[in-house]
Amino acid sequence: MYFGLSEEQSFFQDNVRKYLEEHATLDNIKHIANGDEKNLSAEIHQGLLNLGMNGLLIPEEFGGLGLDLLFAAVVSEALGGGAGPTPFIAPYVMAPIAIRHAGSVSQHENYLSKISTNEYCFGVGFSEFIGKRNDAGITFSDNVLNGRAMFVLDAYDATHLLLADEKGQIFVVDARSSNIEIVKLTTVDKTRQYSEVICKNLEAELLENSSDSTDPIIQAIDAGRIMLAADSLGASQTMIDKAVDYAKERKQFGRAIGSFQAVKHMCAEMAADLEPCYALVWHAAHCHDHSPEEARLMACHAKAHVSEMSKGIAKKATEVHGGMGFTDLLGLHYWFKRIGLNRQILGSPELIREEAYKTQV
Amino acid sequence: MDLEYGPEYQDFTKEVQSFCEKYEGLSFTDGSNNPLGSSGGSGGPKMSRSEWQKTLIENGYFARSVPKEYGGYGGEADILKSRIIAAEFSKSNTPGPMGGQGIDMLVPTLLEMGTKEQKEAYIKPTLHGEMIWCQGYSEPNAGSDLASLQTKGELVGDEWVINGQKIWTSTAQYSQMCFCLVRTEPDAPKHAGISYLLIPMDTPGIEIRPLVDMTLKAGFNEVFFTDVKIPRDNIVGKRGEGWAVANATLGHERGSLAPPDATMNRVNMLMHLMKEETLDGKPLIEHPIYRDRLMQIQGKVLAQQSHALRLLSAKLNPGTDVKIGKMIQKLTGTELRHELEGLAIDVMGEIGTLYEDSPHLKNDGTWQFIYMYFLGLIIGGGTSQIQKNIIAERGLGMPKEPKVEGA
Repeated sequence: MYFGLSEEQSFFQDNVRKYLEEHATLDNIKHIANGDEKNLSAEIHQGLLNLGMNGLLIPEEFGGLGLDLLFAAVVSEALGGGAGPTPFIAPYVMAPIAIRHAGSVSQHENYLSKISTNEYCFGVGFSEFIGKRNDAGITFSDNVLNGRAMFVLDAYDATHLLLADEKGQIFVVDARSSNIEIVKLTTVDKTRQYSEVICKNLEAELLENSSDSTDPIIQAIDAGRIMLAADSLGASQTMIDKAVDYAKERKQFGRAIGSFQAVKHMCAEMAADLEPCYALVWHAAHCHDHSPEEARLMACHAKAHVSEMSKGIAKKATEVHGGMGFTDLLGLHYWFKRIGLNRQILGSPELIREEAYKTQV
Repeated sequence: MDLEYGPEYQDFTKEVQSFCEKYEGLSFTDGSNNPLGSSGGSGGPKMSRSEWQKTLIENGYFARSVPKEYGGYGGEADILKSRIIAAEFSKSNTPGPMGGQGIDMLVPTLLEMGTKEQKEAYIKPTLHGEMIWCQGYSEPNAGSDLASLQTKGELVGDEWVINGQKIWTSTAQYSQMCFCLVRTEPDAPKHAGISYLLIPMDTPGIEIRPLVDMTLKAGFNEVFFTDVKIPRDNIVGKRGEGWAVANATLGHERGSLAPPDATMNRVNMLMHLMKEETLDGKPLIEHPIYRDRLMQIQGKVLAQQSHALRLLSAKLNPGTDVKIGKMIQKLTGTELRHELEGLAIDVMGEIGTLYEDSPHLKNDGTWQFIYMYFLGLIIGGGTSQIQKNIIAERGLGMPKEPKVEGA
């Protein structure tokens, strides 16, 4: 019995971490967030592709590494920890899983191999299946899509998109078609991409096995949620580390502020809240591949619980930094905002807990 | 990640299951009221508590790694087997072994630091449930700051003469013995002046006064010592080493107060209750706010269960770093259990306030009782605030509070 990461997983995670430390420096993140260095984000994306990030979940027969979701989770954790300004969850986790479960043999051949060779990069828009806001939603008839998909992940560097209707049918569309309009949505978190996609008689290919079962889309959403939980886990750990370091150094009233119980207890609370999240996220990722009967509940609770813990940590870690925590100068807010975005996408905690309950009825 | 125990353990699980079947419904000939053990069942075999302890030991289901010469099973410590035993016993209606501070704290302490004579004299009767112990640590003026304790021990001839008072002493009224921290070196610095003494509770000069707690049960006692004389050899470790002896086992207590599997059993019990109980004609579980609160807690407990697996794995695979992971257990486990019991009271509303033998009481009034009882556990054994100091200072390396002179 062994509960934890393998040497390979830790090694790969370290590589992603080191790469981000070198290339996604705070200065670079600021440039990307301010939009004044368009190529930096693409360079970082390419650098991580060189590490093999795209092929983790692609079966070996299609040129990938054929690893399990825990491997992807530790990468996501590292990306959260470094506020990695690069697409990951949509193109390299949700898309491969959706295609694996929903695609026909020829669709596997066509799409999975092209993800592993980097010819195709997918954005993913499944929000309307999870919870449709206002008048959003797409409809499929006569092989074309019409309507609007909101909150599409990683769409603007994508060659293709996976879009879903309310019934959970998944469609492949060409992101560069003239019948598609991709509108950038500006969120608080400028390290990630978020879009609205408007389809007008947009040619679409149905992933065949998604028309008679919602299982494929649920598999992809569960995996996406575990990735978001892992991302928040990494981001929270970074915020705690920074808060603890700051509290040891910053002096007021002639002593390090970390020697005051008011400050030290906030740090202890953050650590106590976060520590079990590691096990929850790893366990959820493991169940996704190896224990299907527990997988849904674990994925729901991982996303909802880590979102709640991370929200509290983001606030407390900022407060420990005092006024400096509030400034743009220190850049702590990049992690605060990343945690804020992770909390809402693919289902906010209340929506997900309702799903968690329904899996038990 | 590999969560399988392996075939050897599957066989062991079956062996434990058939043992549990054989003794299902076991009841005790020496009464069902024992504060340290399960109350037993009905319809199964009958035996005394001591016979049951011996049966468990013979089969290797209790005191597994305690050497045979001291009354144990004499096997290798096997963490997975211990876990299987605990899980199978809790699933079946078979009473588990006795617990209590003698078994949980004194025995490991003696095994590590006791003399051969002490091991021979005390471990076997303690394991057999024939010698019950209480813990004499806290004093009215030495709570969180335990090392400031003032109960005095003077060596006069071949005897320690003890004077002072202990408080929060659970099970003192049932105990034959007390392991006690006593200041024997008044001129030494605070932590270096304490010794760990073993005191027979029938020694003249000991007075026990019950202390009723907020649950209205006398869970504790005050114990007064007036010229209590015990032999000089009743000391574990050397003079002035008592603080280190006590600390060797304090960590053991902190981990085991609120196991997440037990908390999950209560979550399941609450979910069941919420399907049965109605408000305005609708089951409580159909009320979205209550349902969401239940799901929030379920998520927290799942996180703690996964965390417990991680800690279990760290025990099996030495070298895994889970330092903070262990430190948070007492804090998070007791707080969560208290929160869960409190949620049950909230969903029941007025019914949740019923207590003792009131009409309309649900689940024997356990929700209110445990809600309050766990407040005691949050405070006892190092308060939540002390736990946070430990996590911050020893776990995160944060600076200590400057010392006040003379404290």
